[in-house]
Amino acid sequence: MGKYIFSRLINMIPTLFIVAIIVFLITRMIPGDPASVMLGPQASREDVEALTEALGLNEPIHIQFLQYIGNLLQGDFGVSLSYNQPITDLIINRFPNTVVLAVSALIIAFMIGVPAGIISASKQNSLIDYSITTISLIGVSMPIFWLGVMLVLYFSVNLGWFPATGMGSMDDGFISYLKHLILPSITLATIPTATFARITRSSMLEVITQDYIKTARSKGISEFIVISKHAFKNAFNPLLTVLGLQISSLLGGAVLTETIFSWPGMGLLIMDAIEKRDFVVVQSTVLFIALIFVMVNLVVDILYKVVNPKISYSTNKGGTK
Amino acid sequence: MTSIQAEEEIVKTMEDKRKKEQSLFRKLIKNRLAAFGLIIIFLLTITAIFAPLIATHDPNSMDVTKSLLGVGEQGYLLGTDNFGRDIFSRIVYGSRISLIVGIAAVLFGAVFGSLLGVVAGYFGGKLDSIIMRFMDGLFAFPFILLAITLMTVLGQGLFNVILAIGIANIPGFARVVRGQVLGVKESEFIEVTRSLGAKHRRIIFQHVLPNSLAPIIVYATMSVAGAIISEAALSFLGLGVQPPTASWGSILKDGKDFLVLNPNMATFSGLSILITVLSINLFGDGLRDALDPKMKV
Repeated sequence: MGKYIFSRLINMIPTLFIVAIIVFLITRMIPGDPASVMLGPQASREDVEALTEALGLNEPIHIQFLQYIGNLLQGDFGVSLSYNQPITDLIINRFPNTVVLAVSALIIAFMIGVPAGIISASKQNSLIDYSITTISLIGVSMPIFWLGVMLVLYFSVNLGWFPATGMGSMDDGFISYLKHLILPSITLATIPTATFARITRSSMLEVITQDYIKTARSKGISEFIVISKHAFKNAFNPLLTVLGLQISSLLGGAVLTETIFSWPGMGLLIMDAIEKRDFVVVQSTVLFIALIFVMVNLVVDILYKVVNPKISYSTNKGGTK
Repeated sequence: MTSIQAEEEIVKTMEDKRKKEQSLFRKLIKNRLAAFGLIIIFLLTITAIFAPLIATHDPNSMDVTKSLLGVGEQGYLLGTDNFGRDIFSRIVYGSRISLIVGIAAVLFGAVFGSLLGVVAGYFGGKLDSIIMRFMDGLFAFPFILLAITLMTVLGQGLFNVILAIGIANIPGFARVVRGQVLGVKESEFIEVTRSLGAKHRRIIFQHVLPNSLAPIIVYATMSVAGAIISEAALSFLGLGVQPPTASWGSILKDGKDFLVLNPNMATFSGLSILITVLSINLFGDGLRDALDPKMKV
């Protein structure tokens, strides 16, 4: 196991490096002079030159790249011009809020999606199965930014149950915090909930027809135990395999959700930075999210091996997963 | 085996054979959900093509004296937006943007992604490692975030939206195609072709690609749904097509600011996105089941 984790860590290095290269390349695609784009049309020549100097943009491109990588290795993401503070500080302030949102969404998705899939599979072709299948199909097709707006319309504007925007402060009490969290986390949870329901259903259906389940039933074990213990244990793996992809779409969905609800996380930071044309912040936050995703994926992979100790693992070259 | 059993057996094999002979299209039509999806997609295409005939008003003509009208008021089917533009006509025209971006961006991603996937899978070795490492790198970015970043750099506009979503689609296609090619490459008929002295290009385009087509088509169908949602998301964030062009995402963006005064803008633009994406997903599910139920896409 230790050997596996070590080899995966070593394997992660080139991926992280390539992620950094991609971000560097994208930001160098800005048409024209980045400094004057960032400062806007009213900026004076001196200001533009000073910023070009400060960003190191007058160096040759390979020197720029080396400086960029060098700074990253020291954990230095640069300084934001519009916020006037180190970007690392901005990220430290905002990232926990995104984590809270994403984790609550994931919890909702597990608590609703998985049981829904199990019920659906164990009552195949019943009315409840059809309802769950239909709802989850609508769920995976949902434009969550629209769902978020509709939730605001019904639950904040019309009913006034939950606040429409912002993140409650803990000082106002836990209830206020929770009230602010509910609509955004439901919005963000929609697609993973539906995906978990669909995957749990299909993998449960595959497992349920197998002989050892029939044996368990014939031994007189209650249906509940058969389903929840024997069947689900083996239907769990497909869920783990999609977890990585779901986390990617969660982080992407968080950008949209945070924008709708003005939730002060990484997504809102990115959108604010885009509005202020602060490309250094955009570049660094996007890079940070990608790095987080690579690491979370590694943890998911290791978890997968912990759950399935029997699977032999050769080091995966070339990226098939 | 009794004669009755034998007869049943024969009938069954005949039925199986008949089922196999059923055309793909008939299989799709028999799947009611897929057929429903197909009908909606067809209607949507008609709407997009004949938008000028279907729309009741000019989608961009403003009349501030008639702003924020409700459903059916003064002959406006779904009311008007904050500039007094007809919401129904804007949604009709918005279907054009959704379809164009959905198809063009996926085509872009499919062509470049498939090429990279084929080269990686077919030639293997160092080239494979380099290409797929780069694809892994692109995969590390959440799809929509990659598109957002590209849009901030490229700037608003229809062509740039297609480019951004197209690029974000490349790694997915590369992976699917590479996986297929790895499977097909080892099959006997490819070895025979190779031993007969066929050139790489000929093997790839005449044998390897056609035999990996089914999963590519299914994946492309699903990707169109994703591209339509992404375009709407970009326009919703103000990073998509340029105003005043009507796009479902941009109507929703405006609608968000006038939720209290006229919720119709947000409601109907979003419903259009949902119904379209749902239909494409239904069709894609049906297509997958019809081609190969065991396919993992």
